[in-house]
Amino acid sequence: MIRFLLKGLLRDRSRSLFPIITVAIGVSLTVFLHAWIEGEMGDIARSNARFTTGHVKIMSKAYAENKAQIPNDLALYGVQEIVHQVRTYYPELHWVKRIRFGGLVDVPDSHGETSSQGPATGLAVDLLSPDSPEIATLNIKESIVRGRLPERPKEVLVGDEFAQKLKINPGETLTLMSSTMHGSMSMQNFIMSGTITFGVNAMDRGALLADIKDIQQALDMDDAAGEILGYFKDDIYHDEKALKIENAFNSRFSSIGDEYAPIMFALRNQDGLGEYLDLANYMSLIASTVFVAAMSIVLWNVGVIGSLRRYGEMGLRLAIGEDKRHVYGSILLESLIIGIAGSVIGTLIGLAISYYFQVYGLDIGSMVKNSSMMMSNVIRAEITGVTYFIGFIPGILSTLLGASLAGAGIYKRQTAQLFKELET
Amino acid sequence: MNFFTIIFLILFSTYSYAAFPDGQEILTKVDQNMNSETQVVTSKMVIHSRRDTRTIESKSWTRGSEQAYTEYLAPAREQGTKMLKLEDRLWMYSPSTDRIIQISGHMLRQSVMGSDLSYEDMMEDQRLSGMYDATVSGKETVDDRICWILHLVTRYDDVAYHSRRMWVDQKRYVPLREELYAKSGKLLKKIDLKDFRQINERWYPMLLHFKDVLKTGEGTEFIIDAIEFDTPIPAYLFSKAALRR
Repeated sequence: MIRFLLKGLLRDRSRSLFPIITVAIGVSLTVFLHAWIEGEMGDIARSNARFTTGHVKIMSKAYAENKAQIPNDLALYGVQEIVHQVRTYYPELHWVKRIRFGGLVDVPDSHGETSSQGPATGLAVDLLSPDSPEIATLNIKESIVRGRLPERPKEVLVGDEFAQKLKINPGETLTLMSSTMHGSMSMQNFIMSGTITFGVNAMDRGALLADIKDIQQALDMDDAAGEILGYFKDDIYHDEKALKIENAFNSRFSSIGDEYAPIMFALRNQDGLGEYLDLANYMSLIASTVFVAAMSIVLWNVGVIGSLRRYGEMGLRLAIGEDKRHVYGSILLESLIIGIAGSVIGTLIGLAISYYFQVYGLDIGSMVKNSSMMMSNVIRAEITGVTYFIGFIPGILSTLLGASLAGAGIYKRQTAQLFKELET
Repeated sequence: MNFFTIIFLILFSTYSYAAFPDGQEILTKVDQNMNSETQVVTSKMVIHSRRDTRTIESKSWTRGSEQAYTEYLAPAREQGTKMLKLEDRLWMYSPSTDRIIQISGHMLRQSVMGSDLSYEDMMEDQRLSGMYDATVSGKETVDDRICWILHLVTRYDDVAYHSRRMWVDQKRYVPLREELYAKSGKLLKKIDLKDFRQINERWYPMLLHFKDVLKTGEGTEFIIDAIEFDTPIPAYLFSKAALRR
């Protein structure tokens, strides 16, 4: 019977081509939208990951307990060795060192006397190594407002608003006064190579971005760093994997009683991002459900139209003695075949589009060029396990539902009326 | 009977109160002992932080309560760093930057070299009797010395510590212990003064242990290696030009 129905579908394109195209379009849209929402909703978590949390973050236990105070006196020692080990044990992530610091930026006048001063919130990352991923991770190049990226040691970037307040221009000198890891006063001269806008008011008021080696030297943090951040190489946060790595690391490295032992936190376990990730998942589910419901109505309508178009054919088949249940069954089977074919084609198309946008993304850089915000200029889709089957729900169920509702009319038809209908 | 008991108690308590000397008089004597026209101090600051212990050596020249000049001698990282206080202003010089920077505002509350002392503490060399009203609230034995317990309350709003409790040796008129409080009544710092030596006609502590109770760690020991009172200090030392010298 299936063979017979397939032949019928292939020979009568009006019974197959149009419904399959409709189902495929609907399914591909559902698949792509799901991947897009997943990608977009994940962007905030991604921005947090890039700037503060990483996909996983290693700190000393004591630092982690007081991290809001940026306690560099409790920072990790021996970070080269720790980085070497995590690179060996967890090669699926790339690892970077960072130091957060506070201090006072002092700008001298022509006599070397204080011209202006302001409190700064600093971030030290690897700005100068040729293979450093930090420029891309933090989107620094695109966030520069004036001047250029640091190219030499002792060059820094300053928040544009902060630089204007300090009345300092690219190429001019500033002095950073801060505390060393041991609490001593530290004074260090830097040249401001450019200004930057992060797009976060609190940061822009006093932002200072420096190379980590300069800050290690200035704050007496040789082979020390506040944080080591790990990022999955595909730049997507994988919750389960991150949690597994967190558990494995903590059982391998944590030392009971040593408050300076390294401890790892997955993104989910930092700054309330776990709740945000769950919320993002719910939002994604709600948006997908609404879209799937809308597509189901469209595809149901396709099923109804298809069945109505074949009103005469059904009548003839009933008139020549075919059982009503058999006719109804064949309609449902046909719709199932159309639904499966359309869903497979639609899912493949949807996955292909989603994959393209996952790899290349949509560049909105021109739209945010003037704002130079510390956010992803490229919005990406994200293919998850659900993306592979989400399209089958509207694709199969709605065509089946449409055909079953439209086909139910078969049982209402009276044999006595059939010949009358055929005569007309 | 009850009436007589009450009268007796009133008289006794009045007598007890009258037995305490005038707090302000004691504070003036403490000031006379602890302050001089000029001071030249070579000292070590042993900072017991949460993670490690460091020693910082310095030499300070002080004239009255308005002028002070400090040069850090060791370790190598701090060597050559200088501080100048003129009245209520404070400048720092760092040889690595060749910059003279004024410390002001909230920076004055920051710790000096990671110790339990703030720049405000370093600035506050004025005589306590000029800043605080003192009353005697009792007596207690500290380090086998009988002390008056002085309660000091500031007369001004811009003083770092609103009130203090000070245990003053009844014979030598030197403080053996101090507790410094915020306006809210919260204890901020504790100071223990030890190793008293007689230098000329005065007794002076050669070891001061500071503990910022809001910080972790074992506190900071300020050890005086050498001290000279009322020795002439050249005037040029108390100028910004001397910082780059």
